[in-house]
Amino acid sequence: MRQREERDFYLFIGLWLIGFVLFTGGPILASLVFSFTNWTGLTTQEWIGLENFRKLLFEDRLFWIATRNTFFYSFGSVILGTLGALYVAILLNQKLPGTTLMRVLYYIPSIASGVAVSILWIWLFNPQVGLVNYLLSLIGIQGPPWLASQQWALPALIIKSTWAIGANMIILLAGLQAVPSSLYEAAKIDGANPWDEFRNVTIPMLSPVLFYVIVISTIASFQILTDVLVMTQGGPGTATLVYVYYIYQNAFQYLKMGYASALAWILFAIIMALTLLQLWGSKKWVYYEDQAA
Amino acid sequence: MEQLTGQSISSATPGRVIRTTPWYQRRRTRQIAHAALVYFLVVPGAVLFTIPLLWMLSTALKDPKQIFVYPPQWIPDPVLWSNFAKGWNDFLPFNRFLANSLIITISNIIGNLISCSLAAFAFARLRARGKNFFFIMVLGTMLLPQEVTVIPQYVLFTRLGWNDTWLPLMVPPWFGWAFFIFLLRQFFMGIPRELDEAARLDGASSLRILWNIILPLSKPALATVVIFGFIGNWNNFLYPLIYIRTMDKQVLAVALNMFRGAYGNANYQYMMAVSLLVLLPVLLVFFFGQRLFVRGIALTGIKG
Repeated sequence: MRQREERDFYLFIGLWLIGFVLFTGGPILASLVFSFTNWTGLTTQEWIGLENFRKLLFEDRLFWIATRNTFFYSFGSVILGTLGALYVAILLNQKLPGTTLMRVLYYIPSIASGVAVSILWIWLFNPQVGLVNYLLSLIGIQGPPWLASQQWALPALIIKSTWAIGANMIILLAGLQAVPSSLYEAAKIDGANPWDEFRNVTIPMLSPVLFYVIVISTIASFQILTDVLVMTQGGPGTATLVYVYYIYQNAFQYLKMGYASALAWILFAIIMALTLLQLWGSKKWVYYEDQAA
Repeated sequence: MEQLTGQSISSATPGRVIRTTPWYQRRRTRQIAHAALVYFLVVPGAVLFTIPLLWMLSTALKDPKQIFVYPPQWIPDPVLWSNFAKGWNDFLPFNRFLANSLIITISNIIGNLISCSLAAFAFARLRARGKNFFFIMVLGTMLLPQEVTVIPQYVLFTRLGWNDTWLPLMVPPWFGWAFFIFLLRQFFMGIPRELDEAARLDGASSLRILWNIILPLSKPALATVVIFGFIGNWNNFLYPLIYIRTMDKQVLAVALNMFRGAYGNANYQYMMAVSLLVLLPVLLVFFFGQRLFVRGIALTGIKG
């Protein structure tokens, strides 16, 4: 019986295992090999050791621009996205008439994704008759030319990203609902005001979920591509040249497969390093219930 | 200002009285003040979040002359429902793209359902040496950015002669996807083991247990896979962009961007109309599967 189970196990994961070897594991190894070659997809490949990495780090100005832009975008969208989602989740975590409707309204944009929405935002950011600048003009601000401006194109993409805080809001709402109400009652008995409650009950109890949201958002923000492909193509100039778009250009426009693979591995390293850094930093502020027990 | 008021309203409560009835049931006025504050803080944002989609609809129904009117007009006059048909039919063969997207999306969802429930069942229920090792591999794949694999995959599929065919889009989903395997496994773990252990003692095979016991109890999780799978495949942009060259084989997402590139700047009304039509199935799927969808996020988000 035990043997039959083991045989079944391997049969059942068989499809995934084959897929893993062919479409993930194999490609990972191949990609690692490519990154040490000067392969362009057309010529024969030559082993050039660490040359790609040396060129990237020391000679490629665009690599550094792309990295800087990506960090800027990631920082902006993660901070705004997390704080925005937290703000909305806390306010909507109450039994008031209409909160369900408002949750839905906040949530819909996060499922409305893809090319159609990127195109919508091109229209919203239209400098002359776009809705964003119209709304700004109502409060007396003359809006910048957004996607057409070196300075404002990347902030525009950050603003667009905050339209999709709904998914984070749902995760945080679920986290808030898991906080035992007895803790709030205890805090009240001890004379805590709402700010004390927020700081000393809500945030510690929510911190594992908050941490999860930050990590996932950071990883996702580093991989922004569709918006750039549709809305800006990296421009104007290099204002929205983000990392994955640079990989895309090198691999599929210039056919520099070796170079692009090296780029991809550096991205992987950056994401891993950031995740580990967040994990390390989380020890200072994330509270896990089982640690206290 | 408003925030301060809000704090003083509720902070006055704890010191004064300690009763078993919560404060908001005690004083109607306080309840209203509190609600008003919450609405004040949250309604403007909700309106702001809703405006873009309304604006999309408004633009889609406008006459070209009205589009560049400033200040913008919210209600189109006349309301041109014909923009939808014109945008869809008069420029690019969108019916063709729709059929392509539907075929690919549906096939991929079926492939994912089969391959992922098999693997998830194995990870949730079957005892075997090496299981933990493989499960860690599943988790590892979830964290891996697709940029690392997209290039070598492209090389592989090109070598196989799959360029400009649907095969690069349609074959991999039949070999499982780590995220769905993880999601289903989490759900299967929550089903009481006694159910299938009884069946196993009666001599049922693993496949029969999966089909007759586990899957019927997992409809919410399977629906989540269908919903996520639909949205993911429907919106997939990079892969068709890289692989598909022939216009007739193209999918909606890429075709929509081609439409924007070729006709977009002069025809905002058509562009918004077609974009809205492309977005519509996603919104419909959300409305019909809303509760399951939220549950799926909670399932993978919190338990993960």
